[in-house]
Amino acid sequence: MEFLHGWMPAFMVLATIAGVLLAAVAMSWLFRALLVWVLPGEGSKVMRSAPLTASFGLFVIILYALAGIFAPWVAPYGESEVIASSFAPADDKMLLGADQLGRDMFSRVIFGARNTVGIALIATSLAFLMGATAGLIAATRGGWMDQILGRFADVIMSIPSLIFSLLLLSIFGTSAFVLIVIIAVIYAPRVFRLTRAVSGDVVVMDYIEAARLRGEGLWYLIRKEILPNSKAPLIAEFGLEFCFVFLLIAGLSFLGLGIQPPTADWGSMVRDNATLISFGEITPLIPAAAISLLTVAVNFVVDWMLYRSSGLKD
Amino acid sequence: MLDVFSIVAKRLGFGLITLLVISLIIFIAVELLPGDIAQAVLGQGATESNLAALRAELGLNDPAPMRYFNWLKGAVVGDFGVSLVSKESVTDSITPRFVNTLMLALYAAVIAVPVAISLGVLVALFRNTLFDRIANVLTFTSISSPEFFLGYILILYFSVKTGWFPSIATVSPEMPLFERLERTFLPALTLVLVVVAHMMRMTRAAIINLLASPYIEMAKLKGTPAWKVIVRHALPNSWAPIINVVALNLAYLVTGVVLVEVVFVYPGIGQLLVDAVSKRDFPVVQACSLIFAATFILLNLAADVGSILTNPRLRHPK
Amino acid sequence: MPTHANNAERLLKIRNLTIEGHSDDEWIEIVHGINLDLHKGEVLGLIGESGAGKSTIGLAAMGFTRDGCRISGGTIEFDGMELTTRPKSELRSLRGSRIAYVAQSAAASFNPAHRLIDQHTEAPVHYDIMSRSDSQVDAMELYEKLRLPNPKEIGFRYPHQVSGGQLQRAMTAMAMACRPDLIVFDEPTTALDVTTQIEVLAAIRDIVEQFNTAAIYITHDLAVVAQMADRIKVLLKGDEVEEADTATMLRSPREDYTKSLWAVRSFQKPENLRPDASSAEIPVVAVDAVDASYTRGAKVLHDVSFDIHRGMTVAIVGESGSGKSTTARCITGLLPPSSGVVRFNGEELPPSYKQRTKDQLRQAQMIYQMADTALNPRIKICDIIGRPAQFYSGLSGSALKTRVEELLDLIELEPAQYYSRYPPELSGGQKQRIGIARALAAEPSFIICDEVTSALDQLVAEGILKLLDRLQSTLNLAYMFITHDLATVRSIADEVVVMKEGRVVEQGPKTVMFKPPHHAYTDLLLSSVPEMDPDWLTRLLEERGVDNIGEAARN
Repeated sequence: MEFLHGWMPAFMVLATIAGVLLAAVAMSWLFRALLVWVLPGEGSKVMRSAPLTASFGLFVIILYALAGIFAPWVAPYGESEVIASSFAPADDKMLLGADQLGRDMFSRVIFGARNTVGIALIATSLAFLMGATAGLIAATRGGWMDQILGRFADVIMSIPSLIFSLLLLSIFGTSAFVLIVIIAVIYAPRVFRLTRAVSGDVVVMDYIEAARLRGEGLWYLIRKEILPNSKAPLIAEFGLEFCFVFLLIAGLSFLGLGIQPPTADWGSMVRDNATLISFGEITPLIPAAAISLLTVAVNFVVDWMLYRSSGLKD
Repeated sequence: MLDVFSIVAKRLGFGLITLLVISLIIFIAVELLPGDIAQAVLGQGATESNLAALRAELGLNDPAPMRYFNWLKGAVVGDFGVSLVSKESVTDSITPRFVNTLMLALYAAVIAVPVAISLGVLVALFRNTLFDRIANVLTFTSISSPEFFLGYILILYFSVKTGWFPSIATVSPEMPLFERLERTFLPALTLVLVVVAHMMRMTRAAIINLLASPYIEMAKLKGTPAWKVIVRHALPNSWAPIINVVALNLAYLVTGVVLVEVVFVYPGIGQLLVDAVSKRDFPVVQACSLIFAATFILLNLAADVGSILTNPRLRHPK
Repeated sequence: MPTHANNAERLLKIRNLTIEGHSDDEWIEIVHGINLDLHKGEVLGLIGESGAGKSTIGLAAMGFTRDGCRISGGTIEFDGMELTTRPKSELRSLRGSRIAYVAQSAAASFNPAHRLIDQHTEAPVHYDIMSRSDSQVDAMELYEKLRLPNPKEIGFRYPHQVSGGQLQRAMTAMAMACRPDLIVFDEPTTALDVTTQIEVLAAIRDIVEQFNTAAIYITHDLAVVAQMADRIKVLLKGDEVEEADTATMLRSPREDYTKSLWAVRSFQKPENLRPDASSAEIPVVAVDAVDASYTRGAKVLHDVSFDIHRGMTVAIVGESGSGKSTTARCITGLLPPSSGVVRFNGEELPPSYKQRTKDQLRQAQMIYQMADTALNPRIKICDIIGRPAQFYSGLSGSALKTRVEELLDLIELEPAQYYSRYPPELSGGQKQRIGIARALAAEPSFIICDEVTSALDQLVAEGILKLLDRLQSTLNLAYMFITHDLATVRSIADEVVVMKEGRVVEQGPKTVMFKPPHHAYTDLLLSSVPEMDPDWLTRLLEERGVDNIGEAARN
């Protein structure tokens, strides 16, 4: 019996995983069928050939976006509203129980969608703005500027991103603004590298040479000739970078150095409630699961987009 | 061979310069501190005389370039100065912890690398089958999960619920190896899960990338069996990207271990860094950052040299 | 030859073969019911333009389809075995042992990670036909038979250490390793220069005869197939047009399509001569003692000089690496010469395009080899053509629209139909016409045509050449025509400049250049172009001797 007792949880885990996977497959299938039915012409055609993973990803992303945007209306309680004793168990008012300060866990998870994802989105966008602009200019101009920017990016990228952000955070403090800027600065070189590579493939095309020989200027080349041909991989890369940024912010928050209380944030929620795990509770894992679920979803969609942009020879 | 030699030498030189630039960045970053270190340590309420005393003690009155060279000179011989908090030698507190971190990384790497490459070859061989699709979903899930998520799941099921492994990975230098391996099994497994998924995906991609090559079609048209097409014809040409991925992941094992160390309360350098950051113990932060960056650069360098050496065009010049 | 073949035993019998290709989630038939017979020791030439299904049929003869293709009907009987119903493992055991394949690009088809001889011995060892060491000895003998230099040693090199022509012969040797009954040659000389092509052709023909191997020889080049095949089958878009023995096919083709293929090489524009030396007309473009090198590289152009006069076509001829395209880059200013000047209407051009005025840029336009990469796939046709007109002449609104329609008319594309399409919706020939229209939109006086027809099928190429010729006479354009194809030179050039290794070897009016006596290299180049005569290769080998062709003859 002792032996069996040890194996039961493992079996339960496997059964749960299988169950969750099956449910996910069924849901993705339904969601895809819905999209095929609802979307007009072209979109419906695209969705029909989409893999289930992609439809699952889209579904999750849409769900998160709705939760984030409508958080104050969806969540039953306020973000930092204390309504129970600390670590109060779940009841019919609190779906997931209370956290270490007696705030509603479920409401904080919902608000986390707005805060954690929002900050990651802003940071990624800023990194893209800087990195992609520099990458496009470097690819188009070439020459010494390309060299210098490339070397600079190499150097920044050879400091591990988590370590670099810890170093900078220790110096500049931990406000949301500083966090966003630091992460954007750390990730901009990666975006630069990729944009440089993607547009580098376009820049060698004869049509770019033709445009150069016509006497076209830098901005015309970038806007009209290069960007339209590198849009697809760049959008996919945005998704990928978002995942990295998102995981980094979650990690920093988990270490207590990212988004600061009382703002509801998934990383710090895991940290604050971690003690529950030693009592066999899974509640602290829910915000962590929320992080991985969104990251998986984005990865699935990006994977599908990359496949489409490489597979279609248009 | 002269060719390979000069390429490798050039690469090494470049690595060294990168490291120098990074040491400069790390130094300057601390210089950017509003006020100075003394101000940061003593806070706003410090008296002028206390500040002056601390400045003198830390050598802050020297000009910045001179302080940089002194710091660098110390770093080269392994002397990173004194901790602001404990007043102990930074090197003394880092060394045992760095050894711990390296051991954990090695533990994970020894399991992860062979498993990842063989699984990568297998999914490439069975590409587009159900096996491949399931592997795809699972690896995506694994790389998408924060390390603390995986770590806590493992703790919940393998420690709290079953009691198979300890949840807190306390180790001491005199601990026997077997016990050490058992104590650190869960943190190592967490790392393995993340790293295997990534390496496996990249190995698969590197091989599949080559499958469209005419020489692969030629091998098939010579009647070569499918496994041999992959192992003999695709794999030898995928070494460069695979080596790169392995190095990248080894670097991750050393540097990304921070979160895992915190989850399992493992006495490694990552935890030290996190503590130092929250206590604003700058000499420790600088030292840890430099060590992490150096490890990262060294591994990347090894990867570059490895891919140069596996390139038949460079190994056998015309 | 053909009679002997008919008496021999039948090796391959394909009946009503249909093959489908996968695109946009649908299976589309690409080969529509082909019949094919091949007897032991016979060589069948499969000829057709791109998209004719030659390679697909050739691979199907091995029971193989590429990813995204499937055999949907018909039978393939190889030596009494039905291939379409065999299990995969049995099919695989035929490949390499009884049916072998020689690919178009040997450089890409040899595995870069292994030595040639290790790739050679793979199949014999795998099938237990020979031990590794026996197979190595055999490889060396085959290398010798194929006249590879250092046959004892060359197999121990890696693919990148061996030249293209040699690799192609090593691949033929590899195909012979198990002494197969049938070899499929898939355009084995298409990627090679003409002077190298000959030695490969001669070697392949010899060895196939020696071992009495049956072969399917796939090519788009009629003159080549005439040298190699006993019988020829002409294909068009997955259908058979006709089949006959080589001599009959060349002498009296039955079908209009076949006749039109034969007729391509007959187009010839009337030759223009330079104005008298006395009139002292200034050439449109004068290249004067130009040297050039790429950054930190060796010199690639040495003292190149030639003139291009108004309304005339100068063909720059040479093999790959001869410096033809580099010369064009010097003229356009993409690669500033290290010494020497380029003059335009007598006026010296700034070396880099960045320093040139808008008008200088407008006067010289370029048409590219690969229409696919020359047109931005995301820009509408009207904008591609309209942009130069807008940029240089400041046209806009309805004036611009009228001009674009005028240009589309000029290149014989219906404006209403093509105005707002995107390049990927067009065929190769149509794209090339758009490229021409874009050049014309700038109203230039000089156009560089860089291998403009070499990526196109012969009939389409012919249309482009005729169009260029008509435009030249109506607009009085000067052309610089870069090509490696001497047939194109014959049909369109007024003057010829022959280049080799970055130097001008010889230049002069076309009529003079195509008549002996020549410079030795020009002679080699001219005589290496296959002719539409089944005995051409045999005669040439007799004249020159087997050891004086290809790379051996170049130095």
